[in-house]
Amino acid sequence: MDTPLIAARDLSVHYPLRGALFGPRPVVRAVDAVNISVPRGSFFGLVGESGSGKTTFGRALLRAAPISAGDIIYDDGEVRYQVERLGSRDLKGYRSRAQMIFQDPYAALSPRMTVRDIIAEPLEVMGLTRTREETDERVRDIAARCRLNLEHLRRFPHAFSGGQRQRISIARALVSRPRFVVADEAVAALDVSIQADVLNLLRSLQQEMGLTFLFISHDLSVVAHTCDHVTVLYLGRVMESAPTRELFAAPRHPYTRALLSAIPSLDPDDRGNAQMLEGEIPSPTDPPSGCKFHTRCPHAEARCRREEPALSQVAGAHEVACLRWRELDGAVPVAPVRQPADGTTPT
Amino acid sequence: MTRLLEVDNLTLQFDTDEGRITAVEKMSYSLDASQVMGLVGESGSGKLVSAKSLMQLNARNAVYDPQTRIILHLDGGPVDVMTLKSAHDQKLVRGGAISMIFQEPMASFAPALTIGDQMVEQLRLHAEMSPARAREISIEMLDRVGISVPAKRFSQYAFELSGGMRQRAMIAMALSTRPKLLIADEPTTALDVTIQAQVLALMKDLVADFGMAIIFITHDLGVIAQTADTVAVMYLGRLVEQGPVRELIHNPAHPYTRGLLAALPNLHDLDSELVPVAGDIPSPLERPRGCVFHTRCPVARAGQCDRVVPPFTQLASGHRVSCHLASSEAVNT
Repeated sequence: MDTPLIAARDLSVHYPLRGALFGPRPVVRAVDAVNISVPRGSFFGLVGESGSGKTTFGRALLRAAPISAGDIIYDDGEVRYQVERLGSRDLKGYRSRAQMIFQDPYAALSPRMTVRDIIAEPLEVMGLTRTREETDERVRDIAARCRLNLEHLRRFPHAFSGGQRQRISIARALVSRPRFVVADEAVAALDVSIQADVLNLLRSLQQEMGLTFLFISHDLSVVAHTCDHVTVLYLGRVMESAPTRELFAAPRHPYTRALLSAIPSLDPDDRGNAQMLEGEIPSPTDPPSGCKFHTRCPHAEARCRREEPALSQVAGAHEVACLRWRELDGAVPVAPVRQPADGTTPT
Repeated sequence: MTRLLEVDNLTLQFDTDEGRITAVEKMSYSLDASQVMGLVGESGSGKLVSAKSLMQLNARNAVYDPQTRIILHLDGGPVDVMTLKSAHDQKLVRGGAISMIFQEPMASFAPALTIGDQMVEQLRLHAEMSPARAREISIEMLDRVGISVPAKRFSQYAFELSGGMRQRAMIAMALSTRPKLLIADEPTTALDVTIQAQVLALMKDLVADFGMAIIFITHDLGVIAQTADTVAVMYLGRLVEQGPVRELIHNPAHPYTRGLLAALPNLHDLDSELVPVAGDIPSPLERPRGCVFHTRCPVARAGQCDRVVPPFTQLASGHRVSCHLASSEAVNT
């Protein structure tokens, strides 16, 4: 379980901006020296606010964003790729093994193609099947797994609701039998009543097909329910990374704590307990010195402005990038996750 | 509490190429001054168009049932919103006594005018005042909603502001005319959770300060639990349940409300399974007969729920539900 399927080492994605006539060109540091290792068969969560670099990171793993530095190793036991160096032939092979599901099921599906053709397209583009019968067979198989009727395959996407469309997008992403799937805000555009259905489907597909997911989301409660492990990004840097239960029960980074406490509680008697963060995420063209979070951190002190904290191990797979985490630990009450009424602690 | 708004039998249809579709059906509710009502429902439930009716903002193909009554109790006496026909009369409910804020603040600011120009225009449309006075009030309002250097922001364009700042500027503009009722359409849905917390805190603060009522449209029950006094749940154009926020969240009576709550991820219990509401919301062209929810209802009774529209049953004080099973045991399992 702990063998990584895909691992990024010091991965950076920097976009140059058109800048001033003189002087250095400004650069957007969308992802800045990130180390993440996604174990085989895991449901790995990546959370952060807009501008945190989570989408760019996901795209970089799929070679869909320009990689400025660092390396990415993909190893599923059958093949091993050095992703940032793939030539066009191997890239095609990699594409069939690493796929993506997008947020907006309305924008992701061509309105002029039938559902069958939408799902079949990756097979045809990648030349994975030889005959039409074989293609149809694969399409029917994946459609059934995604709980689409055969009768649905003849229709056009406009006839479907948001939840059904997202199931079509999932079928399209999985038809090439990938091992690794990046799901970028895959349920964010769906109604709550449908969201649960798509999350349950993703989890059961993961088990059935032995998939590994990178699940990118801004919604911590969704992540808490679906992911095994969560990494928190802020301005292109990893702030904290831990097994899900551990992160929600004992967050160590002040940013993670603030994020958790900002989730509106469903209990009307539990109002106004959000630990308010000042201001907004700074621009990645001009990131703060030292710890990227210090401009909004309630516990920042002088050295946080100078020194950038490295990730340090809390315990096991729990890591945090904060200079003060040891002294803050225990000193600051963990507001966010309230214990269940019966007093049992989630482990 | 003084009554601010009474909506009675609001029925709204739209003429489309595919026929006349019903968006809201026989919706009745009332709202007191400075009360916050959460309006919940999924896409297509009619929550937005029903709120827009209060401002007569629906498209030209909207057809209101002649029995629809929308009465607004203002200082000068009651106003029947349905009788406001001319643009001049409608100013009263369009930015005067009623204001609206939107999910996407970029869409409510004209991109080629400064924030200040738009605020001044709005103020002078609704009250006679000099441009200098309007400017003064606008800058005060920007300051009030927590925008730093308000005089500078006043002469900037919407695109120059960050998402959270834009949302604050929009709130400032909506409140500058001191409306009695604010319609907030998913005002925090597009925001990050830390910014959402800031905006919600600001809105609560402003309610206390300005004493206005709010209709808070959202699909997020967490946001409702944090802000609303009372909650109305809509499904396919019907109001299915309404009640005080604690009652509704702790003792939901309608199977749909229960379903919505069960579908939510619960941070207190990571082991609990997420239970989706089965099926999809039907197309408005194929509105179910009887109870509109019966096609997805886990406890629907054949012969009754698919034939007869359920009347409202009063439960606790202020808590009512439109469900045939509300008075029997079956729903309380």
